[in-house]
Amino acid sequence: MNIAVCVKPVPDPKHYDQITIDPETKLLKRQGMSMVINPVDKNAIEAALQLKERFGGKVVLVSMAPPDARETLIEGLAMGADEACLLSDRAFVGSDTLATARVLAAGLKKIGELDLVLTGSESADSGTSHIPSQLGELIGFPHLNCLTELNLEVSILKMKTKIENGYVEYEGSLPMVLGVAREINTPRYTSLMGVVAAQYKPFTSWGLSDLGLDPASVGLAGSPTQPGDLHMPKHGRKSEMLEGETGDIAGKIIAILRSAGVLA
Amino acid sequence: MHQQLGAVWVLAEQTGGRLAEVSLELLGKARELASHGGGSLISAVLMGSGTVFLAEELIACGADKVFLVDDPRLELYQNDTYALVLEALIKKHRPEIVLCGATYRGSELSATVAARLETGLAAHCVDLYINDRGEFVQVVPAFGGMVLGDILCPKARPQMASVKPGMFQKPERDTARTGEVIKETAAVLNDYKSPLKAVRTVQSQPPELPLEKAETVVAGGWGVGADAWPLLDRIAGELAGAVGCTRPALDEGWARGEHTLIGTSGKTVRPRVYIGFGVSGSTHHIVGMKDSGVIININIDPSAPIFQVSDYGVVADAKKFLPVLLEKIREHKGK
Repeated sequence: MNIAVCVKPVPDPKHYDQITIDPETKLLKRQGMSMVINPVDKNAIEAALQLKERFGGKVVLVSMAPPDARETLIEGLAMGADEACLLSDRAFVGSDTLATARVLAAGLKKIGELDLVLTGSESADSGTSHIPSQLGELIGFPHLNCLTELNLEVSILKMKTKIENGYVEYEGSLPMVLGVAREINTPRYTSLMGVVAAQYKPFTSWGLSDLGLDPASVGLAGSPTQPGDLHMPKHGRKSEMLEGETGDIAGKIIAILRSAGVLA
Repeated sequence: MHQQLGAVWVLAEQTGGRLAEVSLELLGKARELASHGGGSLISAVLMGSGTVFLAEELIACGADKVFLVDDPRLELYQNDTYALVLEALIKKHRPEIVLCGATYRGSELSATVAARLETGLAAHCVDLYINDRGEFVQVVPAFGGMVLGDILCPKARPQMASVKPGMFQKPERDTARTGEVIKETAAVLNDYKSPLKAVRTVQSQPPELPLEKAETVVAGGWGVGADAWPLLDRIAGELAGAVGCTRPALDEGWARGEHTLIGTSGKTVRPRVYIGFGVSGSTHHIVGMKDSGVIININIDPSAPIFQVSDYGVVADAKKFLPVLLEKIREHKGK
């Protein structure tokens, strides 16, 4: 069973509180933020590895990212993926979700003979959750997003997807594109052996011409949505600190609750 | 004077004959956009089986037209069948803007249809407006809501946007409003055999007051701990409110379930009063509660970011403060 897992290197979500906007350039200031594999994409790698352990085959990581993303992808190889394929080209810069899906779809088609494509349900940085569906459309596979369970029984995929206050059970068949939710499993840790082995696993880089893509269909030029200004959310709260004995402060809170009309 | 905006569509999401609140919230926002866009028409798209009776509610909440696709093949939502029908409707009527709820289904369906139409889709918008150049500006969160970015869709049509539930106010129902119900067909499904099968839907409505409807939200974070957690329920009980939580509290298993999670990957709440205990204020959480009426927070760390989004703050150990506040509220109510 050949499985591709689409992963995205993102700035480590632990540090998003430190992101600011440079008042001069209007660009994001995120110096020193380490890059990691988008957390829920690791759940997708785990799901792929579990299927490989049962049914054999190989797991290929596919990522559209800058050239220095190799270091981040190595982490996925250290978990146990067999090879990695980095789709990298200056022409891809500024891609929105549709343009990104076009690049990933081209990479997946070039790899070929895939039974299943897995990815995380959404990325920590932009968080659109569009990729699983858009990728499915572009490569012509049926797709589902936010999977919390995935089983393969005699060529039938049995799946559960999240909905508000519940879930839906689906049946489908290979090939599919599936976006997994964090509930689906717990990603394994990497072992030292895994990290060492990862350095020697096949690592391919493909650019625009390798993928046979039209430059007008990718990057900012190929993106129907165009980014405008960035801004920080305004909160505008008065931040009045209540001080005194605990009992007195509780009394003040009661007065606030009463004036807001939630306590008689 | 800029040109009149074309039609604004709202995807009316329904499950088992119940409209999602977010669809009504979007109708309110659509009316606002239309009034800034020179009075364009608002249409709701209602897909399902036996759901014609919902058209009235959509009109009362702001739809001028309801495109109704009533077909037994649409009884259970599936992204492939719904996308085929919605894509065909959009190609036939060519709306300028299509708004969808960023629910699990709405997110999936909008992404699917946008890919088929090769058009732009802005996800989880926190604001939508027409700027003074007449452009439709879609404001999206990034990095868990720490940063907001404006998105434009200059060429491709329709301009699509998804919006999380609770971002916009639900409009007042106006039963005197009139509108037109236009019947459309799902003929596009006639020769289609789905590779997917939705076997069953399991929904559990939590017994307590849903978080997004509560007038008082009592939120707990890491600083509360397992032992003091039940005190949140008691305070919420005294105030007829509901308990919400942060991601760390959910992961620790203190909170009751994912339906109580407030924030980027959970619910957006805007109660009259939000009172948080031991909540440090990660951007993920703040995004989900910042529009509450009055915000009160109790946290042991004076530099906790949550205080910047609070009207009132108390520097105290939530574990110790909770029993005192509960006692004072009971004392007050006993008077």
